[in-house]
Amino acid sequence: MNFFSFSRAASVADALRDAGAGAKFVAGGTTLVDLMKLDVETPAVVIDINRLPLAEVGPAPEGGLRIGALARNSDVAHHPAVVRDYPVLAEALLSGASAQLRNMATTGGNLVQRTRCVYFRDTASACNKRVPGSGCAAIGGYNRNLAIVGTSEHCIASHPSDQNVALTALEATVQITGARGDRSVPIGEFYLLPGDTPERETVLEPGEMITSVTLPPPAPGARSTYLKLRDRASYEFALASAAVVATVTNGTLERVRIAMGGIGTKPWRNRDAELALEGKRVSAERFAAAAQIILSGVKPQPGNAFKVELGKRCLVHALKLVTAEA
Amino acid sequence: MLGQALPRIDGPYKVSGAAKYTSDRRVENMAYAVAVGSTVAAGRIARLDVSKALEVAGVIEVFGRGNIGKLYKPSPEAGMFDEARPPFADDAIRYYGQYVALVVAETFEAATAAAGLVEVSYREAEPNVALDLAPDDEPNEVSQRGDPAAAFDAAPVKIDQNYVTPAETHNPIELHATVAIYDGERFTIYETTQAVTNTRNVLSEILGVPREKVRIIMKFLGSGFGGKLWPWTHGTLAAAAARSLGRPVKLVVTRKQMFEAVGHRARTQQRVRMSAERDGTLTSLQHDAVNAAGMLDEYDENCGEATPYFYGTDNLRVTAAQTRRNIGSPTAMRGPGAVPGLFATESAYDELALALGMDPVALRLHNEPAQDQDLAIPFSSRHYTECLTLGAERFGWSQRTPEVGSMRRDGTILGWGMAGCSWIAARFGAEARVELHADGSARVLTGTQDIGTGTYTILAQYVADATGIPVERVVVEIGDTDLPPGPISGGSMVTASMVPAVLEAVRKAMKSAVGLAAKGDAAPFKGVPADQLVFADGRIGRKDSTAGAVPFADILQAASVAFVSGSGKAEGSFGQEHPKYSLHSYGAQFIEVGWQPEIARLRVHRIVTVVDAGRIINPRMARNQIEGALVMGVGMALFEEAHYDPRSGAPINSNLADYVMATHADAPHMDVTFLDYPDTKLNELGVRGVGEIGLAGVAPAITAAVYHATGARVRVLPVTIEKLLLGP
Ligand SMILES: Cc1cc2nc3c(=O)[nH]c(=O)nc-3n(C[C@H](O)[C@H](O)[C@H](O)COP(=O)(O)OP(=O)(O)OC[C@H]3O[C@@H](n4cnc5c(N)ncnc54)[C@H](O)[C@@H]3O)c2cc1C
Ligand code: SF4
Repeated sequence: MNFFSFSRAASVADALRDAGAGAKFVAGGTTLVDLMKLDVETPAVVIDINRLPLAEVGPAPEGGLRIGALARNSDVAHHPAVVRDYPVLAEALLSGASAQLRNMATTGGNLVQRTRCVYFRDTASACNKRVPGSGCAAIGGYNRNLAIVGTSEHCIASHPSDQNVALTALEATVQITGARGDRSVPIGEFYLLPGDTPERETVLEPGEMITSVTLPPPAPGARSTYLKLRDRASYEFALASAAVVATVTNGTLERVRIAMGGIGTKPWRNRDAELALEGKRVSAERFAAAAQIILSGVKPQPGNAFKVELGKRCLVHALKLVTAEA
Repeated sequence: MLGQALPRIDGPYKVSGAAKYTSDRRVENMAYAVAVGSTVAAGRIARLDVSKALEVAGVIEVFGRGNIGKLYKPSPEAGMFDEARPPFADDAIRYYGQYVALVVAETFEAATAAAGLVEVSYREAEPNVALDLAPDDEPNEVSQRGDPAAAFDAAPVKIDQNYVTPAETHNPIELHATVAIYDGERFTIYETTQAVTNTRNVLSEILGVPREKVRIIMKFLGSGFGGKLWPWTHGTLAAAAARSLGRPVKLVVTRKQMFEAVGHRARTQQRVRMSAERDGTLTSLQHDAVNAAGMLDEYDENCGEATPYFYGTDNLRVTAAQTRRNIGSPTAMRGPGAVPGLFATESAYDELALALGMDPVALRLHNEPAQDQDLAIPFSSRHYTECLTLGAERFGWSQRTPEVGSMRRDGTILGWGMAGCSWIAARFGAEARVELHADGSARVLTGTQDIGTGTYTILAQYVADATGIPVERVVVEIGDTDLPPGPISGGSMVTASMVPAVLEAVRKAMKSAVGLAAKGDAAPFKGVPADQLVFADGRIGRKDSTAGAVPFADILQAASVAFVSGSGKAEGSFGQEHPKYSLHSYGAQFIEVGWQPEIARLRVHRIVTVVDAGRIINPRMARNQIEGALVMGVGMALFEEAHYDPRSGAPINSNLADYVMATHADAPHMDVTFLDYPDTKLNELGVRGVGEIGLAGVAPAITAAVYHATGARVRVLPVTIEKLLLGP
């Protein structure tokens, strides 16, 4: 256990003033407190941001929907605009964790939740993400739930979130504020590959806060779905998942967005796979070809090689679901 | 009263929070202990530096080998224990998580903080947690008849396969916990135990004090599944710390530690050879089991427990062997022996049926034995064939088409599988006292325990039935070694074990009350010979007429007697040398799975189970036991496995997100039927007890169904997605 100071921010400015290296915001606490109890996260300063006015879900000024960083996962999942216009997000959120956790978990916290790699969670194990340079115990160890794409020789941790896979397929934008001002980052640029710095997972700088996420207006006629595959029927992270947003006109795929979860070190999107489908007729062969583009040439571990085939089936089936005649 | 589906009498305490579990106990001046576990699985402690830990504000003491005080090795006569080595006995590390230090502080937080600052360096050795199990020593012969090898060689149809069940953890929701109080002479210990008497007997030897100086109390248990049967080292540490500090000490193990030093179901590897004539007659059966054990223990999983008697064959051999690993001691887990054993043998039957082109139910019916061929004695009450036929009927088994993948519903491939099961029936020794009070209430006192299974309610039902006193007026006192010694809550045996002791006690108490009815000037039946009087429906009256019967409370009042009591004591039948009857419970599991290959999704849809477990005292609680066991069986078949890191030896998925168990959403539709034939060879009520039988047979029925759906025969549990993904 680690000693830390705790403050409760009354305003965003307040929070930013206290934030900096060694500080952590706490929102729902479902990742942070868990990892603090394991001595994996050892912040010197913990800033409670739950009182900040960032929980709103409503129309974005530039069109689309803005979701406040403190909006709870359950509130977002049941928000009428989300259910109507972005079912992929509602489905992804509801497939995650448990009802109790979703009531606490926030949009912002979910965006930066940490991996479920068992070695990352165990301070007695070598882990480059937790202690840079210490090695990666997952390689050659228990890695069934870890990533097969986006990996490096330094880290193969899978990105755990369902929400963020849906947000990636929806081409969301993350709004960030910090001592040096505000910025917006497309979600496709928000996450970093582990490379030789697996401890850096996003472009967030120390002390920066996520204030909201915006979703572009739904493409006319678009349909979307989230398919999550796992061992048991609920309350488990994805072994493979697929978020698909697609517009089909007269049997032709016009616009396709695909993101996959469970298989990658970040929410996994491959534009080539989408291009292989856009403008083409709906067909099982093309779906398989798109899956092949994403999953060919990947370097799995012995413990998670099955995810290559599982990921393919997941994507093919999600595409079938989304393109099925209503 | 007996056979009524009463709700639990302890239910209101649990739902209102009034039930005090061990970790809810708070006593004056209590200190908090946190145990530090080894982060290597083999080697020696080179250095233990507690200086930083001692600097944490609020830390009282950090214990290690040097200062824990004298702890003795318990003798085998003391009772049951799996880890014989007292904690801190030497510097050797034999498994990951073995306790190396104990921090005691004013608060739990300070103890936790300091535990993280205890610095241990090790001279590491390479741990052995290898998965393949070859016996270390010559296997023990468990049972032998005829010439199985020759019969096997000569047979026209045979099966020779290996089956594996992984290490599984009990992980009840309640963490193991101890609150130890030492008053300078006597220990009072609140412990999460399924066996207060055994815990007292073993701990008194470890602590080196007479039994009467140790009192163990356990009023409510958040379940145990066998993991809380025998004492573990954390309890010893808490007691030793309380002794040393002269202060009460509370120790609650962490969820991670629940995977390390409190037992688990041993990994098993079992070879089954089985042969038959073309008509299905079993000509031989050989079952050779190996289980992993801890470095210092002899833990025998007893996989062949049900093999010798379950089906008829003239040629049989069962062996058992162990191999040592750098893991914590395994221990009994719900249905020890039979549950992993039946996974192997019932799977082999399914494979044999397939090889014979025979229906698996028909094969089992064909090999129904006339008697227990192992001991050459009759069965007391065996209705296995009725379990099979009734189960098949309720399930709709006759609609099954045997070809792989041949059944479908709404695009999902269905798999139908079945298996039989059996579980020992026996009694442990038990004592009880029953009091009948002048306020019209009764009390039953015995040192057994209710581990969430309903013992409180069952005991009240026994007394209410015998006396006619309303069940809500029966007070049940259990879970305390100050009470007459009661049986362990294990082996599904408490309900059966308590019958003779409680009935004897309550009859003696009633006899005393009857005696008062005729004695003394104020007695309502003054002058009537006691043998003309009866105690019935809570009243005492004349044998020949119900008219004029008087509530027993009035009789006690009239005699100015606060209460009358009686004691009962019965020897156990468990482990008897030459039993006259072969006593077992039986059952059949019929299971439907759904398989969607396009997304590699396997789910268990429904289970029909028929159980022959003697007379059912409380169908609601019995069904609850079976349904819970079935869901546990889904977890055993499909999800559960403790993974030991091959390099560090750590059980690495040591939390409830990464150790996957069945959730509510995985619970299938369950149809539970009890045959309800009393087995009066066991006790006069014909009660056997229900608990583990529900788990036996579930996993092999599921893997049989999985084969039927997918064509993949999974012989190594659990049936994870990767074993099905690429087909057979
Ligand atoms: C048992 C369990 C099962 C789970 N299963 C799933 C699952 O199946 N699918 C899934 O997707 N997720 C799952 N989760 C993860 C869950 O979704 C996340 O824990 C949750 O979304 C995190 O949100 P939070 O608000 O609680 O974050 P916190 O724990 O409060 O914070 C997490 C991190 O985000 C930072 N942070 C929080 N808010 C901000 C902000 N506004 N700006 C910058 N940084 C911020 C914190 O500093 C911290 O580092 C599970 C979690 C648990 C414990
Ligand atoms: S995979 Fe990444 S998170 Fe896991 S042990 Fe390796 S470095 Fe750490």
